[in-house]
Amino acid sequence: MKSDLELTNFIDAYFRGELEGSALSDFEQLRKSDPSFDMKVVEHQNFLLNLSEYGSRVKLSSDMNTIHESLDIQAIRDKVAPEAPKVMRLWKKYRINTAIAASVAFIAVSATLISTGYFSKSLSTNVNLLRREINSIKRSQNALIKNINDKPAKGPADPGVFGGTGFALSSNGYLVTNFHVVKGADSVYVQNSDGESFKVKLIYIDPAYDLAVLQITDPGFEKLASLPYAFKKAASDVGEDVFTIGFPRDEQVLGKGYVSAKNGYAGDTVAYQVSIPVNPGNSGGPLLDNRGNVIGIINGKQALLDGAAFAIKSSFILKSIEAIPQDSLNEKLVVNKRNTLAGLSRKDQFKKLEPYIYMVKVY
Amino acid sequence: MKKEVKSSVPADSEIVLGILNDSKETLSRLYTSYFPMVLQLVLKNNGNEDDAKDVFQESVIVLYNKVKGGNFELNSKLNTFLYSVCRRLWLKRLNEQSKTIRNFQDFSEIVAVEVDLEKHEEKDKQFAIMESALMQLGEPCKTIIEDYYIQNRSMQEICEKFGYTNADNAKTQKYKCLQRLKKLFFQT
Repeated sequence: MKSDLELTNFIDAYFRGELEGSALSDFEQLRKSDPSFDMKVVEHQNFLLNLSEYGSRVKLSSDMNTIHESLDIQAIRDKVAPEAPKVMRLWKKYRINTAIAASVAFIAVSATLISTGYFSKSLSTNVNLLRREINSIKRSQNALIKNINDKPAKGPADPGVFGGTGFALSSNGYLVTNFHVVKGADSVYVQNSDGESFKVKLIYIDPAYDLAVLQITDPGFEKLASLPYAFKKAASDVGEDVFTIGFPRDEQVLGKGYVSAKNGYAGDTVAYQVSIPVNPGNSGGPLLDNRGNVIGIINGKQALLDGAAFAIKSSFILKSIEAIPQDSLNEKLVVNKRNTLAGLSRKDQFKKLEPYIYMVKVY
Repeated sequence: MKKEVKSSVPADSEIVLGILNDSKETLSRLYTSYFPMVLQLVLKNNGNEDDAKDVFQESVIVLYNKVKGGNFELNSKLNTFLYSVCRRLWLKRLNEQSKTIRNFQDFSEIVAVEVDLEKHEEKDKQFAIMESALMQLGEPCKTIIEDYYIQNRSMQEICEKFGYTNADNAKTQKYKCLQRLKKLFFQT
């Protein structure tokens, strides 16, 4: 019996065709007679097949690498896949990043706008607050006068920047107007229908209801006679005839209309919607019913829509007055409760109301 | 009519014949004719030149194994076959690198090559095992085995190369090396 080493060499020699004559027939004889040897041969053959496959693949790879190195890859590349212009390549590469950045920016901007209440300011963009820019009007008037007289007009020292309307709360010089009229004011003056100007002090502001309470501090101010109107506590009904007096120009103007809805702009329960002709300068004017009760205070009208003015309900005026700490006032603020206008004709009502309604000038 | 021998795209039958004869020239022509197509495929689909090279060489290996595996029957044009194999291989690679590609650009028609690729994977495994076994075998065994079984060098040459005093010593050494290689190969 041959050793495993000898057998392996024997098989190797067989596969390489080195066996001749008697050795070859011996080998075949052995394969036939000894099944275990035959198995060994087959097994060896399979392994050699594996090895040679490995060898040929290694050779093929190295051959291909040699060929690959001899090729001009850049030229082929240019031929099959010409590069897109630089901008296009950058766009392709970064478009996802760009999209993400844009989304983040959009979210950030939206979040900022929402958190700072930008979208809730729609009231101010859709509702024109009716304070008047006096300067522009004065200037055009001055220009007119100048043209007519052909001499330099002297004009008021300073006509004021904004104007509105205010009306008396009590006979001792307390007035109410809109907060937006006096907002950002350096100093505030009021002028009555006789043309007398008084300096006033800001006593109390209520931006939520757009209300401001003023007090005339001018030493030249004499107490008014007792107020002819009262403030109505209950809400007024839709359809009620109302009128207002204001200063859309430098003279009192009477406007007549009716309450057209219980709530104001976008369901604002603080205000009524009123169908009444109002203009810049009417802000802060009293809204009175036929009997002469104050039912509200004009504060704005809807842009791009005719006949929709808004007035803060009188109950909120009373609320604001109650909210003023009484001990901070140097004179008592007592709201009038007696109405002497009821039953009078409109022209008599207007005459009686005239002295209590002021033009508010803001510097 | 004279048939142009050195046409830019060789006839499929010529190539098959060349492969069977292990012709280097055939390999070279095959390579220069079909590599651009694969380069285009890979470059346009999120790959680079090295990827194209790997994929193409693998597809050539698939082709060689298929041709040499006997009873070879080409059901399509050779370039369609190569293209399909490369396309498959490249998609697989993209998948492995977890790169997704939304609109895969195709440049040629394709045929089904799944069976060939399955066979190729099997062979690839064997190849990898053999490669690692040979690596672990170390020198001089690796060279002896390669010289004797792959290069088919005679025992006499090996004797001289490694300075063995006689062929029997070399044979013993070769036997030991083979036993170790078999052990390494079958244990993995």
